[in-house]
Amino acid sequence: MELDAMNEKRTLVKQREKSARTGGKLAEEVFCRTLMNIASILIVGVMGVILVSIFYKGISTFSWNMLAEDMGSGFYLNRGGGIRNAILGSVYLSVSATLLALVIGLACSVCMNVYMVRCPRLLHTARFLLDLIWGVPSIIYGAFGFSLMVFFGLKTSLLAGIITVTLFILPIMIRAIDEVMKTVPHGLSESVLAMGSTRSELSYKVYLRQCFPGIVTAVLLAFGRAIGDAASVLYVTGESARSPRGLMDNVTTLPVAIYNQINSPSAAIQDKAYASAFILTLVILIISLLSRYISKRYQKYRIY
Amino acid sequence: MENQSIIKVDHLDLYAGKTHILKDINIEIPKNKLTVILGPSGCGKTTLLKCMNRLTDLTPDIKVTGNIFIGKQPVFGAKTDIVALRRKMGLLSQRPFPLPMNIYNNIAYGLKLRGKYSRTELNDLVEHYLRQVNLWEEVKDRLRSPAVRLSIGQQQRLCLARGLAVNPEIILADEPTSALDPVSSEAIEKQFAALAKDYTLVMVTHVLRQARRIADYVVFMYLGEVIEMRPAREFFEDPREEQTKKYLAGAFN
Repeated sequence: MELDAMNEKRTLVKQREKSARTGGKLAEEVFCRTLMNIASILIVGVMGVILVSIFYKGISTFSWNMLAEDMGSGFYLNRGGGIRNAILGSVYLSVSATLLALVIGLACSVCMNVYMVRCPRLLHTARFLLDLIWGVPSIIYGAFGFSLMVFFGLKTSLLAGIITVTLFILPIMIRAIDEVMKTVPHGLSESVLAMGSTRSELSYKVYLRQCFPGIVTAVLLAFGRAIGDAASVLYVTGESARSPRGLMDNVTTLPVAIYNQINSPSAAIQDKAYASAFILTLVILIISLLSRYISKRYQKYRIY
Repeated sequence: MENQSIIKVDHLDLYAGKTHILKDINIEIPKNKLTVILGPSGCGKTTLLKCMNRLTDLTPDIKVTGNIFIGKQPVFGAKTDIVALRRKMGLLSQRPFPLPMNIYNNIAYGLKLRGKYSRTELNDLVEHYLRQVNLWEEVKDRLRSPAVRLSIGQQQRLCLARGLAVNPEIILADEPTSALDPVSSEAIEKQFAALAKDYTLVMVTHVLRQARRIADYVVFMYLGEVIEMRPAREFFEDPREEQTKKYLAGAFN
């Protein structure tokens, strides 16, 4: 009886079976694959063109003087001078903002993944809100930073810029680290706690190690946003033609400098925008390579 | 019971959301014996085990009434120092979860949690615990390589050594051989039989033959209730309850 029923079902499945990879099915497969190939080539191509044009035009207008000299009073009048102040400004600003955001972000994501495991609804809301503010345009942060600055009676300064950029990259940092920490197997936490570790030992001895490569990626993401963004610092850092000497100095950042150079009526200065873009790309490249090297050394200890 | 008991489960009820998972559990687990918790899948064996060192803390929406006593200390209670209590209990899970470190540090981690040691003392102890689980010969040349590179069977023994290094009195094991090949599971079984002299072992399993081979006492659970708890020989040769007889005859599997 049971055997009959089984055979009946099998014949039904056999009757309804479509042939594999012939006619329409095959055409569909080929079509989809072509589409995907075109999309990939297009994207890589466009990125390649951007990079190559920055490098090509950048190198031809690049001179070592640009790295060694401040803008001084004559840069935009084409009387010489470099962009050292903008490079330094950008690096100071984004490195300190990234470090600050890393410390706060780590604390937040550890809290979310180790301490808040018993309140899933609150966690869900927190993640939703963080995703929401991830999408807020940076100019809004700029405006918010400005009103904060006014409220505290600060002047435009590097410090104000650092605070604004930190706020701006925090959601990115927290959510990126959070996503990695979510992948830590439940059994690992259980085993570690069962050995009599406290939750803080679980966090900084096990979670940090297991998630180290992911944290590096998060730092890179955040750093990239921080150093490449012009709008968030437009109102709060002021402008300066010399290298910053302290937290309260005004600074010009690279993206803002590039913006000003492109806006300049002189063609020679417009060309320098490419050189500046080239330098910006190089800074990001160096940081990426460095952190990838560091994270690779820890990758092998990761479990699963 | 002729033996002194070390774990006492007292009217324990556990709800996850609205599901009643453990129903009025009352058992006493004897000291320095191997007790096996036996039962079909989904009967609450693992949950009972996790209650013993309060890993239920990690799961949302769990409500517990009743209590478990380790010696005289209650497990569920606002004043309980759960970290100190967990140190008395090692846990071996279904799949091994080595720490994301090298082999040496996997063992040293537990030691360093509890005290300060000099370099040589630490080396000695790591060797001792690795020998205790018969892993030393296999790993002595690559103590600094990541623990994940070991095979699953080796990882499980590493986890056992790591648990022993915390110097527990009780070892809780949740189907410790279910992910292992026959050779490795036999190794673990032998370890357990040997450890039962100095440690109290509580092992969850659904493999009847395994329970028959190594158990001193058997707790049989079905659908969240303890059906019977008796010395292993009596249990297998002369089952009292109807459900036990059916289970031993293979009716539930």
